[in-house]
Amino acid sequence: MTINISGEAAIVGVANTEFSKNSGVSELELASVAVRDAIADAGLKPSDVDGMTTFTLDNTDEIEIARAVGIGDLTFYSRIPHGGGAATGLIHQAVMAVASEMAEVVVCYRALNGRSGHRYSSGVSGTLLTADAIHWGWYTPYGLMTPASWVAMYTQRYMHLAKDVQDAMFEVAHIQREYAVTNPAAFFYEKPFTRAEYDASRAIVSPFRMLDCCMETDGGSAVVVTTAERAKDLKHPAVIVKGVGQAAAADMESMTSFYRPEIAKIPSMDIAAKVAYQQSGLTPDDIDAAIIYDAFSPIVLWQLESWGFCGELEAPQFVLDGALRPDGRLPTNTHGGQLSEGYIHGVNGIVEAARLVRGTSVNQPAKDIKNVLVTSGVGVPTGGALLGLAD
Amino acid sequence: MSEQAPAPSRIKPPMGHDNAWWWEQAAAGKLVIQRCSQCQALRHPPRPMCNKCQSLEWDFIDASGTGTVCSFTVLHHPQFPGYDYPLVIVLVDLAEGTRYTSQLIDCDPDDVDFGMAVEMVMHIDPDGFKLPMFRPSQAGGS
Repeated sequence: MTINISGEAAIVGVANTEFSKNSGVSELELASVAVRDAIADAGLKPSDVDGMTTFTLDNTDEIEIARAVGIGDLTFYSRIPHGGGAATGLIHQAVMAVASEMAEVVVCYRALNGRSGHRYSSGVSGTLLTADAIHWGWYTPYGLMTPASWVAMYTQRYMHLAKDVQDAMFEVAHIQREYAVTNPAAFFYEKPFTRAEYDASRAIVSPFRMLDCCMETDGGSAVVVTTAERAKDLKHPAVIVKGVGQAAAADMESMTSFYRPEIAKIPSMDIAAKVAYQQSGLTPDDIDAAIIYDAFSPIVLWQLESWGFCGELEAPQFVLDGALRPDGRLPTNTHGGQLSEGYIHGVNGIVEAARLVRGTSVNQPAKDIKNVLVTSGVGVPTGGALLGLAD
Repeated sequence: MSEQAPAPSRIKPPMGHDNAWWWEQAAAGKLVIQRCSQCQALRHPPRPMCNKCQSLEWDFIDASGTGTVCSFTVLHHPQFPGYDYPLVIVLVDLAEGTRYTSQLIDCDPDDVDFGMAVEMVMHIDPDGFKLPMFRPSQAGGS
């Protein structure tokens, strides 16, 4: 029997906590607030929830949150590895769970004290307790230890092959800041920057300046997924999951897939895109807006190529033509993204994608938004989801 | 006279079944490449099984130590004790066909380029730990 998940599941509730540099509360509290508010946004009760899914990196067990929030019996729970690469992996899990009747209502969550607690910019320095310590051991003796430095290695190669990459990186960072300037929930609300300020911002690793890098944020985000059938009776228009793919392409290392013949591309996302398009029957032309994972500005460029909005090495020109702007071909990261709203490992991006489909983004584009792409972090096994209104 | 604090050293790789043998060769001054005993395919980083023929049998060869720069990045921030900044990290396509992640020394960060010829030099950290680094080729071209 062949099962196609397209149209079987929907996002019906979403929520973020406040984003800050020092939440002053536990990660359990952040997670509980996000989960509670997403359930309320759906017009559901905690006791309606029977499934939960999060990142392996999340420090808060689902049973702790379930007990805190008053969620009852769980018949489905799971975790996805690889940092931000898990973001739409949560949707992937929830959709399979509800489509297969393993659960009826699944909450996807991620909460972290990413600034006042463990900071990702400290990378893999310090004590390593994980099973892939040997893998990191090929890089730590050389000092290649932070996410920015790993991604820079691919970026430099891409700059060697494509044209106008630095200008395109500025355009990505800048348009996202412009969106954040009008998003009261964003950390950089009402704080624009100029090209001169971008060029003068601190050098991190070549070619990244500080304004090419996401921030570290305290906060939480959650979304609720249930069956398309049940979604019909709930508060908001259903945000249907039309396709969701997840992939780890051959010869993968977490963050350091430096040993493929060509490293200026992201084959894992190419596969995820193919899967999601195939499930949904949609093509790039059907996608009206996008939330593209943006830990660093250039990774948006490669994903535009993976999802077929432009050809290989053509993303800089696509972006410089204004495609990501409110009136452009593909308004992108309209919440400000992780560069300028907050860094909740891509799950605040899923919240924004749902809002774009509902028509309730604080920066809702003037044109009709029928289908929205949302992606997970790259450089790791990754994925993406196509969300939209019911046909 | 008070004793001077020892100079900080680099973070060491954890040693396990799949990599300790390689670092032992580095400690002996050699850059080596793992080779499948069955199909002769070279592989790096080392791993227990050949992904081409699934054999668990392997040995290793001495690398010539020459190669070209596939990509690079110059690290400025954050800075960890034991490392020199700006720090130039390179991906080197070794003459034998495998790729190695390393540090480039004796080269101005502004002078690093794609395809640049480089050669291995064995670095010795203040605590005696050895690791292969690369510098611009002294042979001129190649």
